[in-house]
Amino acid sequence: MSLGDQLLQYLFTGITIGTIYGMVALGFNIIYSSTGIINLAQGEFVMLGGMTMVYLTTIIRLPMVIGFFLSILIVTAIGAAFERAAIHPLRSPSVITLIIITVAASILFKGGAMFAWGKYTFILPPFSGEEPLNILGATILPQTLWILGIMGATVAFLILFFGFTITGKAMRACAVNRTAASLVGINVKTMVLLSFALSAGIGATAGIIITPIALMNYDRGTMLAVKGFSVAVLGGLGSNVGAILAGFIIGIMESLGAGFVSSGYKDAIALVVLLLVLFVRPSGLLGSRERAEFKKF
Amino acid sequence: MGKRNMFSLLSLAAVMLALPLGLGNSYYLNVLVFVGIYSLITIGLSLFMGYAGQISLGQAAFFGLGAYTSGVLSAKFGVSPWLALPAAIFVTAGIAFLIGAPALKLKGHYLAMATLAFGHIVYIVFNQASFFTGGPSGFGQIPRFRLGNFVLRSDIHYYYFVWGLVIAALLISLNIIHSRVGRALRSIHEGELAANIMGVNTAKYKIQIFVLSAVYASVAGSLYAHFITFLNPTPFGFHFSIVLVTMVVVGGMASVWGALTGAALLTLLSEYLRVFHDYDILIYGSILVLIVIFLPQGLFPAILGLLKKTKS
Repeated sequence: MSLGDQLLQYLFTGITIGTIYGMVALGFNIIYSSTGIINLAQGEFVMLGGMTMVYLTTIIRLPMVIGFFLSILIVTAIGAAFERAAIHPLRSPSVITLIIITVAASILFKGGAMFAWGKYTFILPPFSGEEPLNILGATILPQTLWILGIMGATVAFLILFFGFTITGKAMRACAVNRTAASLVGINVKTMVLLSFALSAGIGATAGIIITPIALMNYDRGTMLAVKGFSVAVLGGLGSNVGAILAGFIIGIMESLGAGFVSSGYKDAIALVVLLLVLFVRPSGLLGSRERAEFKKF
Repeated sequence: MGKRNMFSLLSLAAVMLALPLGLGNSYYLNVLVFVGIYSLITIGLSLFMGYAGQISLGQAAFFGLGAYTSGVLSAKFGVSPWLALPAAIFVTAGIAFLIGAPALKLKGHYLAMATLAFGHIVYIVFNQASFFTGGPSGFGQIPRFRLGNFVLRSDIHYYYFVWGLVIAALLISLNIIHSRVGRALRSIHEGELAANIMGVNTAKYKIQIFVLSAVYASVAGSLYAHFITFLNPTPFGFHFSIVLVTMVVVGGMASVWGALTGAALLTLLSEYLRVFHDYDILIYGSILVLIVIFLPQGLFPAILGLLKKTKS
């Protein structure tokens, strides 16, 4: 393969993995915008989505489509239950308390998955065919197209939901000013619940579509959460366009780094980017500096 | 540092001095050595979390840096452990300062994620820099501490060595807490802006206490390396950072005595949880959730409160 072909190949790989990071970042944004909480258990939703899909389609042998929607539904319910059980009972919690409780939840999800499915790594057949497509000398798996398509659908859904439904608008109102939102009759607590459910659903979707390419085991959540958070911060916490864009940037950097520098240090790239952004410009690429300072953290 | 703390410290010293006499079994001594090592880390972490109101999700990295610096210097370069220990302190403190200076400008979630990212990076380096660290499979033959011809080999000797250092760390910490610095730290916790306006240089105090907590963790790391005499990256990952935070939170963040309680409880607990193998993580998670929801002050203040109630 020539260098150009190689570059193109890394680019495709980077975009694929970057899409997933972007979707994890979207999950962070949704909860952060409406509650100011960074949900450190976000990566576990991705893991649970992938694992549930594997269980439903390869062990119970449900059809792909039913398994897909059922997995999302189940993880969405888990997200909602988590909010009710652990976030809802806290009265005016401090930031440290919130961090500890979401970390604890992430441990519990991870432990629960290990309990249910063991430490094995699971495979999932791709959604359609394994015959790679040849584009400009680089190969691209059909699953990559599925990943891009489903991310497009997710983003379209979010735009429609936040822009045109009364519930979505109410959630945005909470993000701007919670007190004012509750004064005009929005039930803020319900919106918090919804944001956890929605965020879990998006995480699960990401987990389901990546599993045919990247496999899945109980232990993947933490790293996905950290990388998703790096992406969210690089894009500007709360900015959804920023999240998608930063996802591609970090995905491509990672795949180039793994290809040309060292695959062993691949996982460190997103972390180093995270530290640099936090140290130099915590508001990220597209976040407004004013808003970053305005928020409590 | 107050008469009461002095009294508590002396009582602790007396108890720890006498404890081995009551324990014929060297298994418990071994466990107590680990309680001591972990206590050193949690005492530092509680100063940083409980008093200064900050958070670190990467404290295991400093423990690892101490252990690896000490281990590599003594096993591969023939440096005496007595010199490797201060060298490790020097290296770890330097790294803590470099990472802390920019990181401590961040607050809350941002600081948590920055320390978490730092911890992961260090862990990746332990795994990848295999020329020094032996990679994932680690390296052994780390020499023990020795005094002349006498090698600190047995559990009982190491027990006294470790707990002597724990008492020293407590003494230093209590002195800090009851000094001008301690008051400044608490003022950061209550309200950093207000503290700044009153003329407290909060940035300086935060970095000082962060570096101090890293130094405690580094000493604990050296003690670990020269006791186990074998190192691999597993004990220094994210999981252990969380265990450390759990220890501090369970014991009670707002007191170094809480840090000691938490380290002791969770280390003993993990011995009993051995039967569950990896599922112990489920129990840690549950404990953390329950404590945060029902006893946000931690166990130590709760027990103290209960004692007061029964007295009156």
